[in-house]
Amino acid sequence: MSANDAGDVRDRYWAKTRNLTIVVLALWAFFSLVVPAMVSTLNQFTFLGFPFGFYMIAQGSLIAFVVIIWVQNWRQDAIDDEFGFGEEE
Amino acid sequence: MALIQGRFIDNIGRVYAIYTGGFLAFILLMAVLEQLGVGADTIGILFVAFTIAIYALIGWLSRTMEVDAYYVAGRQVPAVYNGMATAADWMSGASFVALAGGVYFGGYGYMAFIVGWTGGYVLVNSLMAPYLRKFGCYTVPDFIGTRYGGNLARLCAVIVLVVASFTYVTAQINATGTIAARALHIPFSYGVWFGLLGILLCSMLGGMRAVTWTQVAQYIVLIIAYLVPVIWMSNAQGFGLIPHFTYGEAAANMANFEAQYGLNPPAEAIAGLSVLTTPHTGPVGDYAEWKFITLALCMMCGTASLPHILMRYFTTPTVRSARKSVAWSLLFIFLLYFTAPALATLTKLQLLDPNLPTAIIGKPFEEVASLAWIQNWSSVGFLAIADQNSDGILQLNEFFMRPDIVVLATPEIAGLPYVISGLVAAGGMAAAMSTADGLLLAIANALSHDLYYKMIDPKADTAVRLIVARILLVGIGALGALIASLQLTGILGAVAWAFCFACSGLFFPLALGVWWKRANRPGAVAGMAAGFIAGSLYLYYVYTGGTPWFGLDHLRFGIVGMAVSLVAMVVVTLLTPAPDEEIQRMVEETRVPTGPAILSDKH
Repeated sequence: MSANDAGDVRDRYWAKTRNLTIVVLALWAFFSLVVPAMVSTLNQFTFLGFPFGFYMIAQGSLIAFVVIIWVQNWRQDAIDDEFGFGEEE
Repeated sequence: MALIQGRFIDNIGRVYAIYTGGFLAFILLMAVLEQLGVGADTIGILFVAFTIAIYALIGWLSRTMEVDAYYVAGRQVPAVYNGMATAADWMSGASFVALAGGVYFGGYGYMAFIVGWTGGYVLVNSLMAPYLRKFGCYTVPDFIGTRYGGNLARLCAVIVLVVASFTYVTAQINATGTIAARALHIPFSYGVWFGLLGILLCSMLGGMRAVTWTQVAQYIVLIIAYLVPVIWMSNAQGFGLIPHFTYGEAAANMANFEAQYGLNPPAEAIAGLSVLTTPHTGPVGDYAEWKFITLALCMMCGTASLPHILMRYFTTPTVRSARKSVAWSLLFIFLLYFTAPALATLTKLQLLDPNLPTAIIGKPFEEVASLAWIQNWSSVGFLAIADQNSDGILQLNEFFMRPDIVVLATPEIAGLPYVISGLVAAGGMAAAMSTADGLLLAIANALSHDLYYKMIDPKADTAVRLIVARILLVGIGALGALIASLQLTGILGAVAWAFCFACSGLFFPLALGVWWKRANRPGAVAGMAAGFIAGSLYLYYVYTGGTPWFGLDHLRFGIVGMAVSLVAMVVVTLLTPAPDEEIQRMVEETRVPTGPAILSDKH
């Protein structure tokens, strides 16, 4: 593989990684910044008996963060493997 | 020692399973002793003394004279255990002791801390941890110093790190002192030094390696201690074994109780104690949503810039396991944070709901005044009741309490056996000690590695470096204890400040160091210095009585610091030449998970 090809692989790897990161940050911003901004509206609904806005802040967004990180790592591992940057554990 | 270390890593699951079993057996033994009539004081002392002895033993067994083991635990900590250690490192006295109490009194607005302290891990995972691990640094200023080059950048990072972490550590030593004082019946000023002794026993001999393995042990203690009372209360109140999904009705009903008793300020305030005046489930007041978001944002960006957390991810074997360990960390942290609002709600219900036998609000004043737990906590000045309208009934605004004691007092409020109170004290101790350990180590390592070895005496040999690191550890710990014993700040305010200092100075230089190849040395120095100085000046302005801009009070000064930091860094970078070829190649290497680390093994 020439140096140029290697550079190309890295660029495409980084483009994919960057796109994944942008999606993750958009979801993060939604659950951490947008949800609290509309909490009064959400509180008019009920979920599992909770006022929905309160539920999202007390549990919903937290669960979302955990899921976001686990899914991100699963996708990132797939990207690493696709470009041959996966590591042996 | 190497042989034992190898065997330990292989058997780690079994070691901690035995440890957990042993701890549960110890709790049962204490319960039996309580039934046999052993006094509450003795049980409290046994709980605190036994757990500290275990941590000290682990610290002794993990002693080391190797640089790699001392700074990054030999880079062989498996992801799950690093996740537990990070969780203990993370959840401080503020999270364990003060958080649920804050939600109890502060209501909805206070939950910004919960969102901030979990959401921050998304930033750690996507912007920082994997790349810093690939870099192969020992400390956070190590990354700044190498990425941007030059001692000035390194020095700026060391200063921000020391200020942020030191602010944080005094709060933790304060918390260990408070708990030690109460459990061991010694004055607070001795309690602080006793707490420090426990902290140093864990970290001095083995550095990062010892701190890692004690933090795993401390996580196990603190999470058991946090969950047991909540599950117990939930059963007693008929919410089932796992209250988190079933207390919705209770949270919704809280508005009825609030309306019934009225959320009024007290007729006559009592200094240092609070009455309940804020609603439980929704925002109130000017800028309520904005204040929530800005506080959450400061806490999240602070999470991603606090060195004692970032350096935990330097201890994993690979980049992939660093990421995996962030995911485990958040899961372990989440267990506590999603329990905190449940604990606050259930405790409030115990006191307010007239259908429960433990309710006190709306009951005859004399009857409440004769309760044992009211008398116990009143006698130390943490709680007070006063029949200020002289109607012979305890009203909601006549019940005064210090927010910090809600978690510690909950077992007694709910009428649980004393063994649970002892367990909670041990858990609070574990939380405060583990965080203090991580912070002291972060400060001492930055000073010994970055300031002493990299800047003052690059030829120093290993033994000297590690002795300097240990002397600094003891010196800084003593200084922290001295300041803590003066009780200048509350636990929670100091913690919020630490996050704001860290994000003002370090967030953008760290993130842009990876994500913006063009970022250069003058830009980074400007970002760190301008952000940190602007944040500090704004804090001074607000704290000395200045009118906050847009409701940005002293807990949120990181917003000002970060804004200035970002603008300064981008403008100065664009006005000065791009970094040279070598630095740009280094950034490219950082972005790829495989291949050798940027910094060599024993740099």
